[in-house]
Amino acid sequence: MVKNRKNKIGKLIDDKVFLAVCAFFLALLVLTVILLLIGYSPIECYSSLFRGAFVGKGNLANTLGTSTPLIFAGLSMMVASRSGTFNIGIEGQIIAGAFASAIVGTSFAGLPRIIYIPLCFLVAMLVGGLWGALVALLKRVLQVSEIIIAIMLNYIMDYLTKYLLTYHFTVDGMVIRTEYLPESALLHKMLPLSRLNTGIILAVITVAFVWWLINKTTFGYEMRATGYNPFAAESAGISMRYMPLAAMFISGAIAGMAGAIEVMGVHEYFVADMTAGYGFTGVAIGIMGGGSAVGTLISALVFGSLRAGSATMNRMVSIPGEFIQIFQALVIVFVSTPGIVRSILSRKKQPSWKLRRKTDE
Amino acid sequence: MNNMIAFLVSLLSGSIRMCIPIAFAALGGTLCERSGIVNMGLEGMMLMGAFSAVCGSYLSGSAYVGLLAAVVCGCMMGLILSGLTIRYKCEHVLAGLGINMFAGGFTIVMLQTVWGSRGKSTVVAGLTAWPLPVLNRIPIIKNIIGSVSPFLVLLFVCMLLVQFVLYHTVFGLRARIIGENPYVAGSAGIDVYRTQLICVLCGSVLASIGGAYLSIGDVNLFFKDMVAGRGFIALAIVILGGWKPRGVVLGALVFGAAQSLQIRLQAAEIPPQLVQMLPYVITILALFLVKNQGKAPAAEGTHYYRDGA
Amino acid sequence: MYAVEMCDIKKTFGNVIANNNTTLRIKKGEIHSLLGENGAGKTTLMNILYGLYTADSGEIRINGDKAIILNPLHASQYKIAMVHQHFMLVDNMTVAENVVLGQEPHDGIRFNLKEAYGQVAKIAKEYGMKIDPKESVNKLSVGTKQRVEIVKALYRNADIIILDEPTAVLTPQEVLELFKVLRSLRDMGKTIIIITHKLRETLELADTVTILRKGVNVVSLPVAETNENMLAELMVGRLVCFEQEKEEYTGEPQILLQVKGLGLKRDGIRHLHNICFELRAGEILGVAGVEGNGQTELIETLAGITRPTEGTVRINGDMPAPYNPQKLLRLGVGHIPEDRGKRGMVKEFSISENLILGYHHNSKFSKRGMVPYKALNEYALGIINEYTIACDGPLSPAGTLSGGNQQKVVIGRVFDNDPQIIIAAQPTRGVDVGAIEYIHTQLLEMRRRGKAILLISAELNEIVKLSDRIAVLYDGRFVSIGEASSYDEMKLGGLMTSSPVGERAGDIDGKKQKE
Repeated sequence: MVKNRKNKIGKLIDDKVFLAVCAFFLALLVLTVILLLIGYSPIECYSSLFRGAFVGKGNLANTLGTSTPLIFAGLSMMVASRSGTFNIGIEGQIIAGAFASAIVGTSFAGLPRIIYIPLCFLVAMLVGGLWGALVALLKRVLQVSEIIIAIMLNYIMDYLTKYLLTYHFTVDGMVIRTEYLPESALLHKMLPLSRLNTGIILAVITVAFVWWLINKTTFGYEMRATGYNPFAAESAGISMRYMPLAAMFISGAIAGMAGAIEVMGVHEYFVADMTAGYGFTGVAIGIMGGGSAVGTLISALVFGSLRAGSATMNRMVSIPGEFIQIFQALVIVFVSTPGIVRSILSRKKQPSWKLRRKTDE
Repeated sequence: MNNMIAFLVSLLSGSIRMCIPIAFAALGGTLCERSGIVNMGLEGMMLMGAFSAVCGSYLSGSAYVGLLAAVVCGCMMGLILSGLTIRYKCEHVLAGLGINMFAGGFTIVMLQTVWGSRGKSTVVAGLTAWPLPVLNRIPIIKNIIGSVSPFLVLLFVCMLLVQFVLYHTVFGLRARIIGENPYVAGSAGIDVYRTQLICVLCGSVLASIGGAYLSIGDVNLFFKDMVAGRGFIALAIVILGGWKPRGVVLGALVFGAAQSLQIRLQAAEIPPQLVQMLPYVITILALFLVKNQGKAPAAEGTHYYRDGA
Repeated sequence: MYAVEMCDIKKTFGNVIANNNTTLRIKKGEIHSLLGENGAGKTTLMNILYGLYTADSGEIRINGDKAIILNPLHASQYKIAMVHQHFMLVDNMTVAENVVLGQEPHDGIRFNLKEAYGQVAKIAKEYGMKIDPKESVNKLSVGTKQRVEIVKALYRNADIIILDEPTAVLTPQEVLELFKVLRSLRDMGKTIIIITHKLRETLELADTVTILRKGVNVVSLPVAETNENMLAELMVGRLVCFEQEKEEYTGEPQILLQVKGLGLKRDGIRHLHNICFELRAGEILGVAGVEGNGQTELIETLAGITRPTEGTVRINGDMPAPYNPQKLLRLGVGHIPEDRGKRGMVKEFSISENLILGYHHNSKFSKRGMVPYKALNEYALGIINEYTIACDGPLSPAGTLSGGNQQKVVIGRVFDNDPQIIIAAQPTRGVDVGAIEYIHTQLLEMRRRGKAILLISAELNEIVKLSDRIAVLYDGRFVSIGEASSYDEMKLGGLMTSSPVGERAGDIDGKKQKE
């Protein structure tokens, strides 16, 4: 009997999903400890978080609405990493998409809805995609890690849009923002006064599309080959010049969509820092999702709930919403380091020859 | 003539001011990478260093206690990074990014806890410049180098120290070999984990001190997001400096001078956002213009398994 | 008296038993060969002796006394040293720095480089080896690098020296040099243990041989009492066939591949110079040469991965070869890569997905931009059966297969797409004897069917066994090309180092040639 149980645990330890879930709870545990150490009551924090995210029609709608751009951000990360590039530039690509959609959305007010909305999306995807492809291009030209490049580009896009907004596109008056988008460029709100808009349907469709693209198409096959083993991919005739560019374009385009939806579905205009942090949350979502489209969707919903609930939590417990970043960090580390979870679970089982032994000195 | 001197003085002091934090972080990054550990968490370590320095100074009233706090904080960050990458075989990049994110969230939460503010702390005691004995009496010269920031002195000392240790001691030889191929070192009986741990700890402390300069060495307070990507610029400087201590500090100085020069040459009519964009553009340009500064340590980013590959 | 005794050593890695209660006894002052196939447990056993691994159970005795060896430092205290198959040398550091690592001469914390130079020079002189302690390792030839490794062992006053596959990357001349050094070390009283899978070297060099099979010590014998066939049979557990029947191709021997003046210069270094040859249907052209003389570059240019800087390649008469791997594959040029893990397959992909690598745009494997997985898996099942690939079905990840089976997947992929020209690079590297036989049979079958095969291999006996014509690649040039019958192994070995047979061979100053 004991042997059976040990074998079961042994098998589970190797299951990616199980490990990811354990990692998630481990992160929660560590967060709880940190909250206690700083002097907040975890119970109060979590209960207000939960209420803010799930209790009441308005809150639930907000949770879904908050999750919507995160789904895109997570998919963006996932597409890039499946093809072997670590896209930490999602933050900048989202800003690019948001800004572009706002500019287009306020420039052609006469167009009918059926053309205007897709147009705004297309421009957002184009701009986001180009900004993403730029990361891949610079990586090849400069022969430097894409992370350094992408972070630089994030700052550049942030300041660039702030400059353009402040000096060329802002409305008169105290507030620095673009004009309101006309009705014909807005996504319907599914629940009035909430963040939930029809973008969520688009998000789910995109999840399905990305799943299909990566797993069923020949192009997706090439992407995965490149991600797993670029040398073998090169020998198989997959172009190491164009594949990273194409993959990052797609990744950036999806990120651009995230920005567009925030503008067209939630705020109805563009203002500085409106999407701050979405990109990095997208990175965490992509990692927690483990490279699967469905996993990414679920992770996005989880983080969306956290984010939505944190506003309530801030009101009740007066802890800044940025504490989510702590949780994001813990999730990233624990999910991507199965060694930690494994060592905790199997401490009694294996002599863990992979870890440092005290006897070896 | 006076204008010229004033301009040069301001340029020099501006260059140094921008160089110091990046130089410390780059020095720390070099040390880590030389032993095989890529430290993507320089940004977060600088942030935590800046914050702990302000905390230390705030709670004790002395900036030197703040500096000490930054050192201790650096040690802790180093323990976390080494624990994750060396012991648990985390991808170096992800461990570093995790540290960055953690630091970002943690410092803002603590800002709220300690000062009740979400933006910035109160002004605290900062590290005042040390007057230089003879030089600070001479009329014109005393404005240029009459006093020197203790951080600058510390930077110089650290650079020489790292240079000496890496290239002239047994420890440094072993660390460099581990960075090229840890299995060679392991097969010669060297404790790879311990050497890497020491390098990461020291490197993290250096990064933390760099952050401390930003707060108690410069503006004497902490505000949200004050590192603003310098940790990543430092990583680029590590590459540009060829993973050599002197090269890296020189690179940071050149970067500081470039940025300082740009800001001063352009009239005040340039929109602030574009000026703020400069350091990041300069970094990319520098990576473009300067190629082949030397090769990265061959085994950096990899994991060493003591019980066999 | 035994210098080394390893009694009932057991070592497992997860589910794999590497050493299954192995016992090994080695006499002092002898050359002892540890013989076995890939995966027999020989390297693991020696790694335990050297302290890189620790056995799960069992005992080690050195010179009669029980020894606890938990890391290489302990091993070094027992005067045990190891020369690894993949040299444990750091390329961009000097010979002296590499040799003294771990026992550096120092004043306090300061490293005394000058002293290091002196000590290394002393040892080299004492044992008659030509080595410059100040030279940077990346400028040395392979034979010299190996000598540096031996100096490393001698610097630590090793009495017991373990060498892991020492001749894997040496030319016949360099092998002779090495044997000379080893014999003289033995005569000076050192105990030498050689891990090898090469029968002939065991017979030539060793005093005693122990054969390991699947983690078990099969038998230990004085070499004088054995012969090649006996050793092979003991190694594999069954009769092994060394000679292969060759059936001839009966069709038109058309020229399928024509290469003229092929050259490659990259980053200022010339890798290939004026390569000219023709390949006809139904023949195997074997390219002999020590690794690092341009083989990789030759393969990459012919497979379309790298564009050559000079020369022309023509396929099937007049068509110039496009520099695009996929187009080449479609034109019928098949490529078995020299490093299957790197270029041959994606280990995370299933067997099915690996079988279409490079062919994934063929209309059979891509319908309307999508991969027809159902049909693909059935196809894969067919290949698995045809090539007897041991696996858990077409969906199992290629990384779970053994080396030989992985190579079968690669070969199945290349052969099943009916190429006209086959570039076979190191086709049996890291593959056990049984699979080697199989792969050779397949290659000869392809030859019988009229394919033109370019065989690039570091295993001389493979080249000699299979080739109709042989070319020798040295320093990026074909220094010789002709009928196989006009060459023997010694002559080939001479050409591979560009020194004619009969003279004192080996590197003169140990340095590599570069343009």
